[in-house]
Amino acid sequence: MSAYTIASGLAALIAVCADLLVLHTALVRSRTWWMAYGIVVFFQLLANGWLTGRGIVRYSDAAIMGSERIVFFGDGRVAYAPVEDLAFGFALVLTSCAVWAWAGARTLPTS
Amino acid sequence: MADGWRHASYAAMLALVLIAVLPLHHYYRLNTLRQPARLFRAVIPVAVVFVIWDIVAAAAGEWRFDPAQTFGFRLWGLPLEEYAFFVVIPFAGILTFEAVAAAVSRRHTP
Repeated sequence: MSAYTIASGLAALIAVCADLLVLHTALVRSRTWWMAYGIVVFFQLLANGWLTGRGIVRYSDAAIMGSERIVFFGDGRVAYAPVEDLAFGFALVLTSCAVWAWAGARTLPTS
Repeated sequence: MADGWRHASYAAMLALVLIAVLPLHHYYRLNTLRQPARLFRAVIPVAVVFVIWDIVAAAAGEWRFDPAQTFGFRLWGLPLEEYAFFVVIPFAGILTFEAVAAAVSRRHTP
């Protein structure tokens, strides 16, 4: 398995664990999070499609499931970007939102 | 595309993300921007971890950035835009999350 495939999968798993077990924010059990994530992932596909479709960011064959070939869909890619980026984006946004909720719960009674 | 503008390809995406999410703050009357310390605590420590991962992976050749579509400045192998990415994207995610929360609660309060 490729380095980025493993690292991005682990990051998503760690993000869920942080949300549930460390910060106790349990965003992944809320409808609000999944509705927000649905919007985020749509815009991620657009923004990331721009970055990867134009080759602003280029991936090495060795790091990803697919290959260096930039295709819209297939060969381990969705909207030009490696599928690993979906796990990466999920981990980044979930962790940030969970820390945001946690920081709010500590400073404000309602958020 | 003129060569000068081509260098702004990555930065343009980040600017568009901000242009897309900032109206949410006004429309849903969010308090997100009035809590800079909370935003800082939510965005920066997570960004540091992801940036370290990014620097290590880029150094290992897992991915690379097109010099023709980024501005010239690089720090530890990453273009400046990549550092901005880890501030802009989590911020956009938090604003979206807050907007959805506001929309849901607005629907439940008469």
